[in-house]
Amino acid sequence: MLNRDDLMLEEMEIVWEKPETLTDVKMHYCPGCGHGVIHKILMEVVQELNIQDKTIGVAPVGCSVLAYHYMNIDMQEAAHGRATAVATGIKRFLPDKLVFTYQGDGDLAAIGTAETIHACNRGENFLIIFINNAIYGMTGGQMAPTSILGMVTSTTPEGREISTQGYPFKITEVVAQLPGTYYVTRQSVHNANAVRHFKKAVEKAFKYQMEKKGTCLIEIVSNCPSGWKMTPVQANKWLEENMFPYFPPGDLKVDGKLVEKKSQPQK
Amino acid sequence: MSEVRLMKGNEAAAEAAIRAGCDCYFGYPITPQSEIIEYLSDQGRKRGMIVMQVESEVAAINMIYGAAGAGARAMSSSSSPGISLMQEGISYIACAELPCLLININRGGPGLGTIQPSQGDYFQSVKGGGHGDYHLIVLAPASVQEMADFVFLGFDLADKYRNPVLILADGALGQMMERVEFKEYNISEHKLPKPWATTGKTPDREPNVITSLHIQSEEMEKINLRLQQKYRTIEQNEVRYELLNTDDAEYLFVAFGLSARICQKAMDIARNENIKVGLLRPITLYPYPYKILNQMASKIKGVLVVEMNAGQMIEDVKLGVEGKVPVDFYGRMGGIVPTPEEIVSKLKDLIQKTSK
Repeated sequence: MLNRDDLMLEEMEIVWEKPETLTDVKMHYCPGCGHGVIHKILMEVVQELNIQDKTIGVAPVGCSVLAYHYMNIDMQEAAHGRATAVATGIKRFLPDKLVFTYQGDGDLAAIGTAETIHACNRGENFLIIFINNAIYGMTGGQMAPTSILGMVTSTTPEGREISTQGYPFKITEVVAQLPGTYYVTRQSVHNANAVRHFKKAVEKAFKYQMEKKGTCLIEIVSNCPSGWKMTPVQANKWLEENMFPYFPPGDLKVDGKLVEKKSQPQK
Repeated sequence: MSEVRLMKGNEAAAEAAIRAGCDCYFGYPITPQSEIIEYLSDQGRKRGMIVMQVESEVAAINMIYGAAGAGARAMSSSSSPGISLMQEGISYIACAELPCLLININRGGPGLGTIQPSQGDYFQSVKGGGHGDYHLIVLAPASVQEMADFVFLGFDLADKYRNPVLILADGALGQMMERVEFKEYNISEHKLPKPWATTGKTPDREPNVITSLHIQSEEMEKINLRLQQKYRTIEQNEVRYELLNTDDAEYLFVAFGLSARICQKAMDIARNENIKVGLLRPITLYPYPYKILNQMASKIKGVLVVEMNAGQMIEDVKLGVEGKVPVDFYGRMGGIVPTPEEIVSKLKDLIQKTSK
């Protein structure tokens, strides 16, 4: 006997199905947060490249600490900042597997700066997914190394200013300078066009890893509606107007060569 | 077929690691243990090991986490300040139940301290070191032979219990040269299957996840209880110690590692003066040989604990002795090694005190 749902589906064309590489667990992310989209795109690529049995992910400490609840692949949960060290251990032992880390700005560019830079400098042959939303979401909205000047957070109530907190850290520009990195790009997922670009970047990075080209790093300039105390729509507008001028999207390094002119911010 | 060599303790441990089928070594140079990474960088790499000098001990221990989680026999070594840097990672490894081997060639502290031998890291090694309720299995060699033997044993115990194992030696054991015999060790007979390792999810199984995060209190307590159950099993099965001249002993030295070697000489001197003293040498510092200590305490008049620190293991000795007889202490610090004569003199003080 058919139930109501089956009858409804029968008349519809399936245009998108959840990949097997995502679990059925409901994500805990706040409404409008970029993490959900980024998880989905990553796992779509793993599915489409048919590399689920080869892929090992490393989750960070931060909002995406439970990424392994949602990604239906083998994963390790690293100590705060140490994801690239953990990934180095995995990849060196299993060089034919495909390894990625998934890290936030605090994890990758504050407490884990040394591990990030040295992994990139060794040219570790894995992919670093770097989510930059300029705030510490998990601990309740404190300043991140990438918080922009003037940005109000719970630890910069008067706004970030240079004499106390220094400058927002453009770590992606730093690692692009290192000979170990092969592909370094800054993306976003705040609109459909940006999501498509991001997906292409992930596909390329996995392909480069299969070709043993060296470290690939994809920064995603993302949002934090809860931490920024905005609606999702306001947050995405704020991202374009305030984050992009400091963290302009586009490729920084392609085929192991620095890109001279960065592409314009996406509209 | 076995092979006999003349080697430094550090080199013997490194050679043993290669023969024990250690897949990966990650480390950072620090005196007095740098021969381990040097030996492995040459011999280990030539014989197929992954050997990496990395940016810090913090990175090294997290690479151990990654490699061990992927199924490798993984190892690192350091000396006291470097081991301190690793403590966060060791706690994660203990909670995630990853097998690995660590070697601490203990030097004098606290702080940057000295590069001379010390046993000042006893508390750090057996009482936690990092955060949370966990134990390492701690092996204390007293010879270059044991520096090698305990590497094989350490890897086997780590795999058996899915628990980090620490070899706690000191700068003298690392640097001194002795005869060492390498017995045949068939790696394939010793390496256990690791179906839990992250090797890529295949359709026939659920994803393997290596984690130490259990946000729900009830779930975390379950993990804690499971760990505690494992520690009780280890305490049941893995206590190791050595007894020397204890049959007729009226007094007992308790010492581990290099201190135990010195106590052997002190014992010879004392026995020549008709003082009936024996030696209990704990080999596993965790699990600790409380039971034999308690049994011995019923047959003797007093205990002298000898350590190269301010008195750390003495707390465990007292727990074992349960107040049955006086427990005295002699120790030197700052990288100074006690002489047998100093120890005998301290023993005589104890005899005088207990004969009153």
